[in-house]
Amino acid sequence: MLRYIGRRLLEAIPVMLVIITGTFFMQRFVPGGPFTAEKAVTPEVERNLEAYYHLNDPLWKQYVDYLWDLTPKRFHPLALTQGFDLKEAFGIDFRPSFKYPNRTVNEIIADKLPVSLELGLLSLGVALAIGLPLGILAAVKRNSWIDYICSSVAMTGICVPTFVLGPILVLVFAIHLGWFNASGWYGPIDRVLPSLTLGSVYAAYIARLTRGGFLEVLHQDYIRTARAKGASEARVIFRHALRGGLLPVVSFLGPAVAGILTGSFVIETIFQIPGLGREFVNSAFNRDYTLILGTVILYAGFIIALNLVVDVVQVWMNPKLKFE
Amino acid sequence: MPAEIEAGNSLWSGAWHRLKQNRLALGGGLTVIAMGLVCAIGPLFAQSYEDQNLDLGAVGPRAAHWLGTDTLGRDLFARILYGGRISLMVGLVATFVALVIGVSYGAIAGYVGGKVDAAMMRIVDILYALPFTIFVILLMVFFGRNIFLLFFAIGAVEWLTMARIVRGQVLSIKKMEFIEAARALGFGRRRIIFRHVIPNVLGPIIVYTTLTIPAVMLLEAFLSFLGLGVQPPMSSWGALIKDGADKMEEFWWLLVFPGGIFSLTLFSLNFLGDGLRDALDVRSAKD
Repeated sequence: MLRYIGRRLLEAIPVMLVIITGTFFMQRFVPGGPFTAEKAVTPEVERNLEAYYHLNDPLWKQYVDYLWDLTPKRFHPLALTQGFDLKEAFGIDFRPSFKYPNRTVNEIIADKLPVSLELGLLSLGVALAIGLPLGILAAVKRNSWIDYICSSVAMTGICVPTFVLGPILVLVFAIHLGWFNASGWYGPIDRVLPSLTLGSVYAAYIARLTRGGFLEVLHQDYIRTARAKGASEARVIFRHALRGGLLPVVSFLGPAVAGILTGSFVIETIFQIPGLGREFVNSAFNRDYTLILGTVILYAGFIIALNLVVDVVQVWMNPKLKFE
Repeated sequence: MPAEIEAGNSLWSGAWHRLKQNRLALGGGLTVIAMGLVCAIGPLFAQSYEDQNLDLGAVGPRAAHWLGTDTLGRDLFARILYGGRISLMVGLVATFVALVIGVSYGAIAGYVGGKVDAAMMRIVDILYALPFTIFVILLMVFFGRNIFLLFFAIGAVEWLTMARIVRGQVLSIKKMEFIEAARALGFGRRRIIFRHVIPNVLGPIIVYTTLTIPAVMLLEAFLSFLGLGVQPPMSSWGALIKDGADKMEEFWWLLVFPGGIFSLTLFSLNFLGDGLRDALDVRSAKD
């Protein structure tokens, strides 16, 4: 297993390099630079700005310098608990932001990432907490009206996009009923609507996958044996069928988290949440090169690592799979 | 007594029969067709979607304006029809892009096999892991909000799944005798792939195409919501929803009607796709 992990990590390096290089050069070759949108600055100021951001160096030097700054130079993961500064923890330096010259990208990430992480985890929790029971129920009561309702609810979750569901939830529960604030991220109650909205889509997918997985498992002989031996239905479900039935859900978790991550862009916009997703979209509009690169690298690295974990867990859970 | 001539029972006629029995899928299919027709032809008969009536402002549903108007006095029903044209068109064209790329890629990888296949699928695996939406956002921001770029960018996100599916199907067809016969007759690889293999894997291709269209429409609406999709004066359902979400406190209909119609279309397409999948998959367990 360690060899598999090592191999995957090695494979991840060229991928990250391609992403970094691609994003880096995409920005440089694009019409308009980071300063063209601002009001015109005097030539001296522009020269100083360019020097500050090393924009005058030859392109290859900029690239190499940037790569060097990005390489992890130390390993103090515990520093992450005191504030998400990747520079303290891993020596990764994303340099100052273009839009906010007196803040480094590391600081911005340290500020906003925890918010997005919280939103993401809560949404994932909602997705599992709603999707799994819904799916199991639908599978166990197959073809009954319960199944029909559960599957329809799941289908609704898939078809109503977050940016439709979110505003409608706000309209009904925040504006008309007044139970929640329409936006903001101040107290625990503000977590409810955003995570419900973001989680609902994935709850729907998880429900469908769980239903399918369970239906397959429930046909198997070993389930029949368990029932023949007198196990209660609950025991059959939770002790015997669960492991096999959950397999499709585990393999879905990779794309699900990736989706929650990108979905957060919209949710943060709707609910005015000060998270990294909204910052990323804004930075793209503002041509804030360093911030764009920083967030893209962060996201890509995170997803690659996550997929690795999901793959390992899958092999661990499913005796039919092996590490290749 | 003369024997009755029985009608043949091909894969397609069997599938059609099963599909007809699935009421949800049929309903979905009819809704989609109706929606397409209404959006294509409707704007010719409905009121103009561009005429502003600033004195009127945004008003709710009424006789003159079935679904109300927006803040500039434009009739919402007409705007939804017109936006539907754009959304459906993006859905179809981008899916077509994904289809062409994915099917070719998958068929070639599956048929050629060996190292080429391994390399091609490795690339797909790696690309699958990346959050493509992020790159699409970057593309749209950097290279302008051209609608053709939109088609291409969205198509580029969705082709991966299609490629995987087609490759799987091709792998199972590859061993069959009619392919061997074609080879024995001296047909070149390209001819075999495009004229013998692909037509026989059409079933799953159709299913996934039908399921890709709503995914594509969702992505377009997502981009429009972030301000990166179609630009004014063109409008799509995504842009209408964004507008509605911004103004929903006072003008709820601006959100609810476009959102509802959009979701209904996605519903229908998904039910249709599911129905097609059940109909064409002869091995699925009978419920």
